[in-house]
Amino acid sequence: MAARVSIRHADFDLSAELAELRAGDGGVGAVAAFVGTVRDHSQGQAIQRMELEHYPGMTEAAIETMIDAAMARFDIRAARVVHRVGVLEPLDQIVLVAVASAHRGQAFQACEFLMDYLKTQAPFWKKEGTGDGARWVDARASDDAALQRWGIASGNAG
Amino acid sequence: MKVQVRYFASLREALGAAEAVEVPEGSTLRGLRDLLRQRSPQHASALGSERAVRCALDQRLCSEDVPLSEGAEVAFFPPVTGG
Repeated sequence: MAARVSIRHADFDLSAELAELRAGDGGVGAVAAFVGTVRDHSQGQAIQRMELEHYPGMTEAAIETMIDAAMARFDIRAARVVHRVGVLEPLDQIVLVAVASAHRGQAFQACEFLMDYLKTQAPFWKKEGTGDGARWVDARASDDAALQRWGIASGNAG
Repeated sequence: MKVQVRYFASLREALGAAEAVEVPEGSTLRGLRDLLRQRSPQHASALGSERAVRCALDQRLCSEDVPLSEGAEVAFFPPVTGG
């Protein structure tokens, strides 16, 4: 079985990731996946590049904890998170969250839960490169609210 | 006692990646942050009480009320923006 968390610069192949996620498990009847990508505009300005920094060690541990929480809360069979770091370009893939379960409802929910969790509790920081120079991306209160829908308090942006 | 402090993102740019700091026994993360502010004008600004600074102890997110222990790894960083 593949590791549940991969933090790396290299790109990922969605088909290959999903095939591996459900390999050999005939109990899987549903796979839900979310892919986050780099937009080419932000706050009305063209984005030339996106740099992602993280906290090695803590990042992996934090996401493992989130997957444990998802496995405990939802009836799912497998989950995987891939997050890219380093310098990316517009249209590049940034993040993959994939979940396999017997039926679709739990896979959809667990996928959204993991993504909401990751946005405010995993130590990544984005820096956007524009024609005027680079700037750190601000955290959003709406991301804290998204996690609070699951009953988990979050004060990341606040 | 000695603790290792790490910085990330905008705090790393302002203060460097890491530094070792001697703190009094019984200090909390808040006490450490107060102490660090006295190190330089850059520290005073980047770790100012009006700034949104998040922290971790031994690689877990935590509040500033948590007590420190000898050899702890503390990190200060801005709100996270992954995903």
